[in-house]
Amino acid sequence: MDPAGSFPLPSQIEDVPGAENWRSMYPYFTRFQPEDDNRFWFYNAMHFPEPMPAFDVITAEIPYQAIGANTARLFVFPTTLGIEHRIVNGRIYITAIPVTDPAEIERRLAIFQERAGYYYGNWDRLYEGWKTRMADLIQQIEAVRVPELPEFDDAAAVFETTGVAQNHYVRENYHRCLDLFSKMWNHHTEFLMLGYGAYVVFFEFCKQAFPEISDQTVARMVAGIDVVMYRPDDELRRLARLAVDSGVDDLFTEGCSPDAVLQAMSERGEAGKRWLEGFEEARDPWFHVSTGDGFYHHHRSWNDNLTVPFAALPRYVRLVREGEALDRPTEALRQQRERIVAEYRRLLPSEDERAAFDQMLGLARVVFPYVEDHKFYCEHWFTTRFFGKIREFGGLLARWGVLEEAEDVFQLHHTEVDQALADVSLAWSAGGTPLGAAHFRPIIAERKRMLEAMKAWSPPPAIGPVPEALNDPAVRMLWGITAETLATWAATADGDARSEIHGYAASSGVVEGVARVLHSVNDIGQIRDGEILVCPVTAPSWAPVFGKIKAAVSDIGGTMSHAAIVAREYGMPAVVGTGHATKRISTGQRIRVDGDRGTVTILG
Amino acid sequence: MSGHELVRDLGEVGLGDRATVGGKAASLGELSRAGIRVPAGYVVTVEAFERALRALDPGGAIRREIERLPASDLAAVAEATERVRARIAGAPLPQDVREQIVARYRGLGSPGAGEGGAAVAVRSSATGEDGAETSFAGLQDTYLWVRGADAVTDQVRRCWASLYNAEAVGYRRRLKLSEPDLAMAVVVQRMVEPRCAGVMFTCSPVTGDRSVIAVEACWGLGSALVSGDVTPDSFTVSKVTGEIVRREVAVKLRLHRAGPGGGGVAAADVPGPLQEAACLSDAELAALARLGGRVEDHYGAPQDIEWAITDGASPEESVVLLQSRPETVWARRRAEPLAAPKARPVDHVFEQLGRVNVIAPRLNPER
Repeated sequence: MDPAGSFPLPSQIEDVPGAENWRSMYPYFTRFQPEDDNRFWFYNAMHFPEPMPAFDVITAEIPYQAIGANTARLFVFPTTLGIEHRIVNGRIYITAIPVTDPAEIERRLAIFQERAGYYYGNWDRLYEGWKTRMADLIQQIEAVRVPELPEFDDAAAVFETTGVAQNHYVRENYHRCLDLFSKMWNHHTEFLMLGYGAYVVFFEFCKQAFPEISDQTVARMVAGIDVVMYRPDDELRRLARLAVDSGVDDLFTEGCSPDAVLQAMSERGEAGKRWLEGFEEARDPWFHVSTGDGFYHHHRSWNDNLTVPFAALPRYVRLVREGEALDRPTEALRQQRERIVAEYRRLLPSEDERAAFDQMLGLARVVFPYVEDHKFYCEHWFTTRFFGKIREFGGLLARWGVLEEAEDVFQLHHTEVDQALADVSLAWSAGGTPLGAAHFRPIIAERKRMLEAMKAWSPPPAIGPVPEALNDPAVRMLWGITAETLATWAATADGDARSEIHGYAASSGVVEGVARVLHSVNDIGQIRDGEILVCPVTAPSWAPVFGKIKAAVSDIGGTMSHAAIVAREYGMPAVVGTGHATKRISTGQRIRVDGDRGTVTILG
Repeated sequence: MSGHELVRDLGEVGLGDRATVGGKAASLGELSRAGIRVPAGYVVTVEAFERALRALDPGGAIRREIERLPASDLAAVAEATERVRARIAGAPLPQDVREQIVARYRGLGSPGAGEGGAAVAVRSSATGEDGAETSFAGLQDTYLWVRGADAVTDQVRRCWASLYNAEAVGYRRRLKLSEPDLAMAVVVQRMVEPRCAGVMFTCSPVTGDRSVIAVEACWGLGSALVSGDVTPDSFTVSKVTGEIVRREVAVKLRLHRAGPGGGGVAAADVPGPLQEAACLSDAELAALARLGGRVEDHYGAPQDIEWAITDGASPEESVVLLQSRPETVWARRRAEPLAAPKARPVDHVFEQLGRVNVIAPRLNPER
């Protein structure tokens, strides 16, 4: 343990008033233990910026199994085991377990070289296989059927002698959702940790050779030009052009309602039909993009909630009419990227270093398409479908009176949902009445109150003593946790009263303007031209509205986040990962966003 | 041939003329010829200095006395140098030297320059070994906002005398440099009236990072910054992407500007609204960074540059270079190569991920 100091200890954190019973929402294995006071934990604000509804902790329970299994057991990373998580006041804290014994590292390294070497050596071919497996998993989750529990079961069970009634499929298909989710996460981490590993090597070399290079510039040298995550936005631009070409562009006015537009479109004859066909083509799969990061049930997809894409369409339509080329200048971007690479390469002092730089950059570019693209398949497409299926099971429980409404299913842990489904299955089978309403409804009401209460809590960014080592590539790459981060957290722990808010400098430039604080993507229609967007998390699906705003500020996110890339593409300043900008800033306040320094100043 | 000219136009000289015009004039001339904006001016050559010294001290007694001074005897050095400086600064100039300095000065005068003639900067430009020149560069004199032929010739003599500053002589005696090889040329340049000015390094002075340019800037003359009268604004610009990667705007309370009547330098308070305002726009920073890049490319090594911003038609035309010399701190620290190619690219990953990253020693959360 480092004698230099410590953040608050887990045991010192008090329950949020009004949410004292929060422990009842989460499994026993997520609770801080007395001996956890001896370890360093940090708040995973990037993935879990809000208090966790009981069901949603599955997005920690499953991914942390997958990550740990991948690094500790499957590829045998030399200096790290896996990541453990704990919950306090609804927030998820994590820590990586390092390997520090040199002999142990040596032993693990030999195995790692063999196993990781196989993946690195055959990356492109294996990644192609991964895409096939992921497409298959998505198809399977989409195919899961949520049983109806009719009065009399399907005759086929008799005449085709399957002999299995619907009560069984309630159980099997619900479990199937969980199993597919778990399998998806195993595939998610299959390439990711290795990908981060290769990227970290290039990143750290650049940081050593050019100590003042920004994180985003390193990312820019590696970043792809045709990235899957750009596709949803590209599709919107295509639909805007199609609307203009077909002469139905008049339907896209500021603030238009998706339902009204679609209705009107169906009454516009051939032209309307053409646009609707293009729309249907685009939305599967590209509108399966999540309005969040895929870690909460309320992160719905564009397909679930068309408000987001339809908020962007009027502007794109206007730009097409004005004759602007909406296509991204991919060739120019590619040339710019290569120019930057050549410049840094030229600045390296020796031929040896240039040769090493080429090797590291080459490998980083091999792995990076996975790093950039996997999210669309995993967190967006698969996960929004997964939550959709769980919502359908919620519908079943609501129809049987256990829940007030389908959405309440997310207030239950997945094992409690299992119980509730068993309750309903028993009732259906025996012809009785489920007992769940009396049991679960008061629990759900209490949990909703507690979640509200816990929202107001500002979780400390880190707790426990300062660690000896930070070896996990994901911890360093994804959460950007370095010695400097910890020092900043420690230094700002008591300085929150000032008008300056600090975050990551994600996109350069300085602007002043009026803030628009949006807590949910559903409020996106409120944004006025030229405002500064302040939001909890800037998810990729928000990208289309970036054309309207002057700058972006988020509570969560790193310089590698897609939103940061989009902000840079639009050439607007962005400060991400501020921790609590949405709490400190109110709509209408004048603020200055300094995307070079990573600061936001409240001017009044 | 040219070695006997008493004064030369800055635009005529280059690095090859160091021995006769000194390091500063040679560098300014070199860059001026490369198309960099440098204030117009001329250099009073070493030949003029030697001629004046011969007139004053035909037998060469001054140099012999200086060379005999014991470096350790500070009192003796102080006493002798003060006497020599007074003699040089006080002696009238040989007629031909004076005529040529004044003629060139009049040539600089532009219409509307006022009664006394154009305002100029008079700056010493010593000859000698590179290292020595660099190391006592800070000890040499510069006089700003000088007006009128008499004032110019006075300051030329004071620049000559500054060759015999106690600190400079003490330094030379410790290094046992040969006195007859040392001489002083003087640059006379049209004064620029900067809105802001400062210094820039074409590598990071903190980390040695060659991909960035570090700029410090203050309102008015750069002397406020160099003398430490003001905490400057501080910027870091990426040479590669042009992005401003760091921006620290200081509260700048003081500035230096022309004294009353446009002669000499006076310190003053920065007007309230300007104190917390950045004294460089992004466009000006970009123009400065481009200038730094050009100078560095010209010399093939990181530079330490003094610059000023006047009110020009565009940021590009507003930037003036006042001085450039090689950066010396990081140039001397030739680091071990950070990496070498390996048999396979993945070997870099195996090396890096097989290493424990101890972070605790770098961290002090209670700071």
